[in-house]
Amino acid sequence: MINLSIRFSRVWHRNFDVFVKYMYVSLIGNLGDPILYLVAMGFGLGTFLGTIEGVSYVQFLAPGIIVSAAMFAATYECTYMSFLKMIHLKTYDAIIVTPVNIEDVVVGDIVWGTSKALFSAGIVCVVVAACGLMHSAWALLLPLLILIVGFHFASLAMCVTSTCPNFDYYSYFFELFITPLFFFSGIFFPLTHFPPWLRLVAHCSPLTHAVELSRALIMGYPPPHAAISVSILIIPAIILFYVSIVRMKKRIIK
Amino acid sequence: MESIARARQLVKKYAHTVAVAGIDFEILENECFGFIGPNGAGKTTAMKMLYCFLPRTGGTLEVLGRDPSVHPELIKRDLGVIPQDTNLDTDLNVFENLTCYARYFGIPHAAASARAAELLDFVHLTEKRTSEIEELSSGMRRRLLIARGLINSPRLLILDEPTVGLDPQARHLIWNKLRELRAQNVTLILTTHYMDEAAELCDRVAVMDKGTILATGNPRELIRAHIGQEVLELNLTGIDPNAALAELRRLPVKVEASGQKLYIHCEDGRQVLHLLTESGYRHITRRPATLEDVFLTLTGRDLVD
Ligand SMILES: Nc1ncnc2c1ncn2[C@@H]1O[C@H](COP(=O)(O)OP(=O)(O)O)[C@@H](O)[C@H]1O
Ligand SMILES: [Mg+2]
Repeated sequence: MINLSIRFSRVWHRNFDVFVKYMYVSLIGNLGDPILYLVAMGFGLGTFLGTIEGVSYVQFLAPGIIVSAAMFAATYECTYMSFLKMIHLKTYDAIIVTPVNIEDVVVGDIVWGTSKALFSAGIVCVVVAACGLMHSAWALLLPLLILIVGFHFASLAMCVTSTCPNFDYYSYFFELFITPLFFFSGIFFPLTHFPPWLRLVAHCSPLTHAVELSRALIMGYPPPHAAISVSILIIPAIILFYVSIVRMKKRIIK
Repeated sequence: MESIARARQLVKKYAHTVAVAGIDFEILENECFGFIGPNGAGKTTAMKMLYCFLPRTGGTLEVLGRDPSVHPELIKRDLGVIPQDTNLDTDLNVFENLTCYARYFGIPHAAASARAAELLDFVHLTEKRTSEIEELSSGMRRRLLIARGLINSPRLLILDEPTVGLDPQARHLIWNKLRELRAQNVTLILTTHYMDEAAELCDRVAVMDKGTILATGNPRELIRAHIGQEVLELNLTGIDPNAALAELRRLPVKVEASGQKLYIHCEDGRQVLHLLTESGYRHITRRPATLEDVFLTLTGRDLVD
């Protein structure tokens, strides 16, 4: 039985308070990477590349960096940070003897991971806009896309956390899953030169669809297959969300 | 008096262990009830079922008039918990630990701040208000944990080993605080493996070992019923134990052997001591019977690890 309530917001609030407290440290940790990719690859490498699909390389890169920032932020919160609170700091144990139930704690952390995605990717959006790389009013829908991507990866990460025995397990998750997604989801180069079967594989990645949607919103053209892309982001997210609650409950309440 | 918690044939099995093997107890309003027993007896497991952390495997359980397996949040609202492992929120400072915890109970911000300040005063931590958790001694952490457990003004406070690992000063400070809470009509349930602590604080205790309750009652009454008034310890070094036992068999006493000692339970120690001294025995210590004697008698002196 799932016993979820609005009390999950109290867990979210706790995470928010801690975030505000360590704001400056986490700012650097969160934004260093995406901005570095944008500058080093976009403006550095990009100057040697001419144009890709009719736009400058940094223009090509920016939409993908935005959604990948959402992926990394949500994943980090619901892997390492949630595991730390669950196993090492026993924060979860302390919370669930109050009227906040374990389901509320798990959902509070997933919603927090999603918020963190919005924050991190949101700042990348601001930087991208400041560089004059936003070309359409459709870009105003980016926060919604970021929320969906954040929720998707937060739920996935929480599923991984529900079975994670120790921190090493996450290195495998990152090396075997998250990093390949980052490099093969059409962020750094178009997938058009892949053989058809590999293109199909790449389109199983939710991040590929997020990148396509992001690029379409920023450039103002209709996305190639919007309905499929949105479904591939949302439907698994809902399933993963549900599964993560059930499995985390099973893990903590023996 | 109203019943605060009641268990019948309560059982908890983990994958490979039966931690609680069918226990019965009833805890009344305004009393201080202790579960005493060695490590591994099942005390923490019993507490975790009481504070709605673990589901039970069998039997019935009622806490504050409700079944923890149905809407635990309604019980937890009126419950204060001081867990065995100090799980303060190390990302927050002392004061924030209390106000953040208050939020889990839905206490509005202003009321939470006022209550937190009041509780810091109660546990003598007002000066540490803005300290980080790492800066606190273990005694201070335990006191903060108690303050945190009181944030929702609970009817029932459950404390799992509240003084384990603390120095005597820190222990006594906590004992005093628990007595003050008793005076404020908070019902206390605590576990301890310090028998003196149980005798000091508890109106009634349940003696636990290997997942079962061996006896329940008022500490003084348990001592009187199981041991008597006094205990003589006879050091057996250089003495034939059988001769000593034969001698003692003629007296109105109960004798237990453990290691190099005989423990003689009796009502009038002076008289027995006199008789033994006359028979030429030396190295005898005479002392009042304690809860520890009850515990060791019930669990078997030699079997306890
Ligand atoms: N989470 C757990 N999983 C499996 N066994 C456990 C768990 N917690 C406690 N036990 C076992 O249950 C028994 C009782 O433990 P516990 O309730 O902690 O006793 P106490 O608090 O009296 O020291 C012990 O044998 C212990 O090893
Ligand atoms: Mg214990």
